[in-house]
Amino acid sequence: MSTPKTHLNKTGDELVASYYDLHEHAHPDGYSTNLGFWIYLMSDCLIFAMLFATFGVLGGNYAGGEGPKTLFNLPLVALNTSMLLFSSITYGFSMIAMQSGKKNATLIWLFITLLFGLAFLSIELTEFHELIETGNGPQRSAFLSSFFTLVGTHGLHVTFGSIWLVTLMVQVGRFGLTAANQRRLQCLSLFWHFLDVVWIGVFTFVYLMGMLR
Amino acid sequence: MADHAHNDHGHGDHGHDSGFHASMKDYVIGFVLSVILTAIPFWLVMTGALHSPAATGLVIMGFAAVQIVVHMIYFLHMSPKVEGGQNLLALIFTLIIVLIVLSGSMWVMFHLNQNMMPMPATMDGMG
Repeated sequence: MSTPKTHLNKTGDELVASYYDLHEHAHPDGYSTNLGFWIYLMSDCLIFAMLFATFGVLGGNYAGGEGPKTLFNLPLVALNTSMLLFSSITYGFSMIAMQSGKKNATLIWLFITLLFGLAFLSIELTEFHELIETGNGPQRSAFLSSFFTLVGTHGLHVTFGSIWLVTLMVQVGRFGLTAANQRRLQCLSLFWHFLDVVWIGVFTFVYLMGMLR
Repeated sequence: MADHAHNDHGHGDHGHDSGFHASMKDYVIGFVLSVILTAIPFWLVMTGALHSPAATGLVIMGFAAVQIVVHMIYFLHMSPKVEGGQNLLALIFTLIIVLIVLSGSMWVMFHLNQNMMPMPATMDGMG
C-alpha cells in the first residue's frame, strides 16, 4: 500500500505475512455452530434414510403374522401427528419471544412445547405397549422389527430432544437469554423441526402406505 | 415498520448473520400449510376417496414431498441467504445421498425377490 517493497528488503515477519493471513479477523463466539449443527442433522438424516430403506425392503414380510391394516390405529396416529405439529409451532413462538428478548414468554412456550412432546411420546409408548402385549413385538416379523427400529429411533430422538429442552429451560431460567443460550435454543429449534420432518416420512410411508398395502 | 425491525437485529462486528430471523408470519403460514398437507392424506387413506390404492399412494407421497419442502422453508428457514448457502448445499448433498440409498435399496431388493428360486406356496409371506 505505502512504499513498494521488493522481496529482498522484507523482514522475516513481513515475508511470513505476505504468504499467511496473520491477522485473521476475530470470529464471534460460536459463529459456525449453526452450520456445524446442521451438518450433524444431515448425518442424522442419513441414519433415518437407512432405516426407511430397511423398512421399505422388509415392510412386507409379515412372517405369517398380522400386517399394518390390522395393527395400526390411524386415528391415534393422526392425533400423534397433530401433537408434533403443535409442538413445532409452539417452539416457533418461543423463538419469536426469544428474539424480542422476552424471557418469561420464551420459557412458557418452551414448556408448552415440552408438554406436546411428552404427549407425543406417551401416545407412541401406548401404541408400542399394545403391540407388544398382543404378541406383535419387534421379534414377531421382519416387518415389525423394522417398524420398531424406525419409529423407535424417531421416538428416542424426541425423548432426547425433550431432555435437551428441559436442560435449556433451566439454563434460560438461571442465566437468561444470553448469546450462548440463544444459540443453543436455535440449535434445538433445528433439531425439533427436523424431527417433525422425519415424522412426515414416518406417517406417510409407514402408517398411511401401510394401510394401502 | 416491519423492515425496520428486520434490519435492526444483531449484525456483529464481523458483519456475519449467524442464523435466521424467525417471523410470526413464517410460522403461521408454515403451520397452516402443514395442517392442510397432513389432513388431506389422512382423509384420503381413511375414507378411500380415490378408490385406488396405487393412486392414493402416489398422491400422499406427493403431499409428503410438498410438506417436507414447506417445513424446510418455514420452520427450518432454509434459504440460500442463511450461512452463505452452505446449509442449503449440505441439504442438497444429503438429499442426493438419501435418494440413492432409498431408490437403490428398493430397486436391488425388488429384483432380488423376483430372481429368487421359486418357493413353495406355504413359504409366502415368511419374514
